Amino acid sequence: MIRLQNINKTYFGAQPLHVLKGINLHVEEGEMVSIMGASGSGKSTLLNILGILDNYDSGDYHLNGKLVKDLSENEAADVRNRTIGFIFQSFNLIPFKTAMENVALPLYYQNVSRKKRNQLAMDYLERFGLKEWADHYPNELSGGQKQRVSMARALVTQPKVILADEPTGALDSKTSAEVMQILREVHQTGITMVIVTHERGIALRTDKIIHLKDGVIENIETNDPGLIDFNTEIK
Amino acid sequence: MFDFDGLNEIWQTITRNKTRSLLTAFGVFWGIFLLVILSSTGNGFENGLMKQVEGVTPNTGFFFTSSTSEPYKGYQKGRQWSLQLSDLEAIRETFPCVLAISPEASLWSNEDKNVVYSSRSASFTVKGVMPEYNDIQRSKILRGRFINDTDIAARRKVCLLGKKVYETMFEKGEDPLGKMVKVNGIYFQVVGVVRSYTENVNINGTIDESVILPFTTMQQVYAIGDKIYFFSLVADDNTPISSFEKDLKLLLKERHDIAPTDENAINSFDLSEVFNAFKGLFLGIHILIWIVGLGTLLSGIIGVSNIMLVTVKERTREIGVRRAIGAKPKNIIGQVLSESLLLTVLAGMVGLCLGVAIMAVVAMITSSMPSDNMMFQDPNMGFKAAVTATVIIIVSGLLAGVLPAWRAIQIKAIDAIREE
Repeated sequence: MIRLQNINKTYFGAQPLHVLKGINLHVEEGEMVSIMGASGSGKSTLLNILGILDNYDSGDYHLNGKLVKDLSENEAADVRNRTIGFIFQSFNLIPFKTAMENVALPLYYQNVSRKKRNQLAMDYLERFGLKEWADHYPNELSGGQKQRVSMARALVTQPKVILADEPTGALDSKTSAEVMQILREVHQTGITMVIVTHERGIALRTDKIIHLKDGVIENIETNDPGLIDFNTEIK
Repeated sequence: MFDFDGLNEIWQTITRNKTRSLLTAFGVFWGIFLLVILSSTGNGFENGLMKQVEGVTPNTGFFFTSSTSEPYKGYQKGRQWSLQLSDLEAIRETFPCVLAISPEASLWSNEDKNVVYSSRSASFTVKGVMPEYNDIQRSKILRGRFINDTDIAARRKVCLLGKKVYETMFEKGEDPLGKMVKVNGIYFQVVGVVRSYTENVNINGTIDESVILPFTTMQQVYAIGDKIYFFSLVADDNTPISSFEKDLKLLLKERHDIAPTDENAINSFDLSEVFNAFKGLFLGIHILIWIVGLGTLLSGIIGVSNIMLVTVKERTREIGVRRAIGAKPKNIIGQVLSESLLLTVLAGMVGLCLGVAIMAVVAMITSSMPSDNMMFQDPNMGFKAAVTATVIIIVSGLLAGVLPAWRAIQIKAIDAIREE
């Protein structure tokens, strides 16, 4: 599903910063992997490249069998819209839209009719137990509810890949566990999932842990599927 | 294509911050409102002035003879001379652009109270004119008719009374038609009563205070002979008097053995010059009004643009999220442009409607106080100006959105959603 070959990325600032130094990574369809690393290790940059939010200098990135390189803004927007679902640490819900409208927003950019996208949004909210909260605004929701809304928004377009950037970073441990439970369930439906985190408790709940250090993959830790731990304290 | 979905999306963002949207919109509203009020008021004064000169054909020239100033063909300078009716015929033949031409002879009362009817008497100006005079300086016929060709040909002793003459000489409501009025010692039968359209513009004394006789009758009964010292003419609108004035004078000079270079023998007055001066004045006023109005509008638009820039900045994260979940640049541009367009158009339309409504009330009030001397008449900005204003509103709405929209697409999703 995701195939990175010798990806390099340098930020040219006052001092050129070589962030990614030849990343080779292969994530199979239906896999759930986590990326760990200290701050400055390049994990956010890697996620941005995976999410086509940022471009890379050299190498090849194949997403769903297609080469993602030098895409125009429009092509990138289209790929993001149809293939990728984003989950952010700070939820990034639009404050003046209700939960349902937030979930329906990606479909708006697919020109799905209002009635149909609201129906779909309701289906997903119901799936995450938020049916009663559909008409509430983000500031009326708890952190866990907000993250569930944002997960519904990520899934409503039925993407191939979910990219989650510290999805539990702003949540307490109990809610974090709930969110991870949901992500795991979503993953069971066959969606590929990449989670960036610095919490080992989160990483232990994925199939593979990719350790990133100073722009290179240090090692890849494979968790025994039978031993994936849902009971250890996350924080 | 009417995109209700998109409109809803935009409306949501505008109403999200009502106070700010309202304040922003006020600038545009005020600009358009002022433009409508000013331009309508300008039109009101113009209409008022035009009403004053109603009945006067702008392309009118007046010509009068004077003593010669150069010796020519054996004649000494300082010779008194006059025109004949045949000269006017010659003008009509030579210059087809002349639509109407009429001599005018005046007789002032040589005694007190030259006009007498039954027991009343008063003094008024007496004018002799041709039927065509009514095409040059139009007057409103209140009763009866104007002088006609038969009156001229038969030199009939008929007369027209000015409104004021009628009011002075007759009882209120009395029918003057057919009555005999003594004018400078001779009896004339009244065939009509006329009123000038306005009191403020008149040539050779106002018609309202004149007794009008057929020109030929006047020549005969007062023994003036075929002498014309003053005539006026109207040319078609495409031929300004000034374009043939010189040739006309040359023609008359040639017919009367006057040196072609004599500048003094025939004097003329071109009414269109006065009209053009007024037209220039009002053009200036209109230009000033539009400059002031558009200037105000421009500051309103800059206000909208400024607020939109702030809004875009404030919504960096929102725009970034939209980009991340699949909004294309054109979606973002469309959104910002539509927001500024909707805001501007709504505000502009309210300003336009309110301005037009207020001026309609003003028009109602002024027209309910009818007066011939009203210098302010029917203030409205006109359909064309309203359409222009609407186009300006729409264009300015788009322009106001250009810079903010450009800023908005500079926002990269990655910058917006960065956690720091």
